[in-house]
Amino acid sequence: MLVWSRSGRLVLWVLFALLFGVLFLAPLAVILLSSLADQWNGVLPNGLTTEHYTDVVRGSAWNAVKASLITGFLASALALVSGTWAALSLRLQGHALRRLLGLLFFIPSAVPSVSVGLGLLVAFSHPPLLLNGTIAIVMIAHFVLISAFTFGNVSAGLARLSPDFEQVASSLGARPAYRLWHVTLPLLAPYLVAAFGLSFALSMGELGATVMVYPPGWVTLPVSIFSLTDRGDIFAGAALTMILVVATLALLLGLERITKRATGA
Amino acid sequence: MKFSSGKLWIVPPAALLALLFFYPLALIARQAFLDDSGVANFAEVIRVLHSRFFLNALINTVSISVAATAGCLIVGLVLALILAFVPFPGSGFIARLIDTFIALPTFLVTLAFTFLYGSAGMLNAGLMETFSLPLPPVDFLYSAWGVILAEVTVYTPFILRPLLAAFSLVDRGQIEAASVLGARPFRIVRQVILPAAIPALIAGGSLCLLLTVNEFGIVLFIGAKGVITLPLLIYGKAIQESAYQVACIIAMINIALSLGLFGLYRFAAGRLGA
Repeated sequence: MLVWSRSGRLVLWVLFALLFGVLFLAPLAVILLSSLADQWNGVLPNGLTTEHYTDVVRGSAWNAVKASLITGFLASALALVSGTWAALSLRLQGHALRRLLGLLFFIPSAVPSVSVGLGLLVAFSHPPLLLNGTIAIVMIAHFVLISAFTFGNVSAGLARLSPDFEQVASSLGARPAYRLWHVTLPLLAPYLVAAFGLSFALSMGELGATVMVYPPGWVTLPVSIFSLTDRGDIFAGAALTMILVVATLALLLGLERITKRATGA
Repeated sequence: MKFSSGKLWIVPPAALLALLFFYPLALIARQAFLDDSGVANFAEVIRVLHSRFFLNALINTVSISVAATAGCLIVGLVLALILAFVPFPGSGFIARLIDTFIALPTFLVTLAFTFLYGSAGMLNAGLMETFSLPLPPVDFLYSAWGVILAEVTVYTPFILRPLLAAFSLVDRGQIEAASVLGARPFRIVRQVILPAAIPALIAGGSLCLLLTVNEFGIVLFIGAKGVITLPLLIYGKAIQESAYQVACIIAMINIALSLGLFGLYRFAAGRLGA
């Protein structure tokens, strides 16, 4: 305890409540409120309605939810496979190469997403790799942006694993493939689930690269939220944002429960 | 034989990264220096780098991200100090709640700010009703200040997380001893806690600089004409004007800036881990 006096503590707690309320609580609360607002001309809405939700669900919202979920799932699955593969095979390399490649696998997270989208447009707009205007280019953009996070999470998990288990398995005569499948990957499982969850959440909220490359038939949630609010339909935008927030949080909570059950915590 | 076949397992993921990330990156560099007919065109590079729209965007990007990072550092430090050293019932839950903000899309905050601080938002409506004003008195949202405040909200968790980790290692006995010996809280913070927090502040701060330089959603949603940053300029040139060479030239500068900050972050994080 740093502050002993009761009044001093109260002052600090009020300061905390103010900062937390203004910065974190108010934005979420106000998005929820506006997604339910009927008319909003004063301090508070004139009435509440679920009309915006029925409107967006009747409109193209379901397509956007579907596009976001499918893109997020496929991009995260691919990122999980390639990130885990990279992290595992990096352990077999010499020290210098391991450091260099480890850095290269991280770099996509440092490049602005708009530039990643621009690069894909420039690279894949001609044959033989004509992907511009396809759904695949959206998946690739998401994969590139989240792959560094998956790689980072899996590498961190791998670094925390005790090498004893693998060495024991090896000394008992387990072949490398058997060891990988029955020892290393099960031990890594909680980190893999966490990596998948974070990638999925990042993909659901991705805007910069998607807005550069998306084809007309594959509008993700963030892009449709932007076009709704850009048209001035901010209440519908708020409703769709709530759908995105709830979907993301439900996904993260669900994956967290799976991890807890897997680790027996 | 020294070379083992196990080393080749790295080839598939490395090839995927090379094809989908480094090859497009190299093409951005190529397109930045060649015009549509494939001839080297340095005059265009010079023209863009001297143009008003580029310089404005560069100044906006740097000043917004420096201001937002400073804000994140201050707010993050205050929140972390209270959470770690003046805890209250439920402070652990609150810390986790702030953590989940990392997973939410950045533009959410901008959209919320429209309802809170926009010209017809709650704050303005309240002030106009209370003091019967004819015009909305609060007008910062559609300026650089709106972007900065939104970025402080979104990126403070990135400071809070390493700070709380660093604070959990500070020896509580040392603080209590200093406190018993009559040191005021402010002095304890300055002499005991802050030195332990410096590496976390540098690592978190350089990560914030990197993320705010690259931020796109917040600036796009604010949609203010005067607040054009480098990522927004790239989007505008490529998608709205189809000026790909100009977009690639600006992207080169933005990528160079980001990679520099990434190097700073890796250096700082490495120091923190050591």
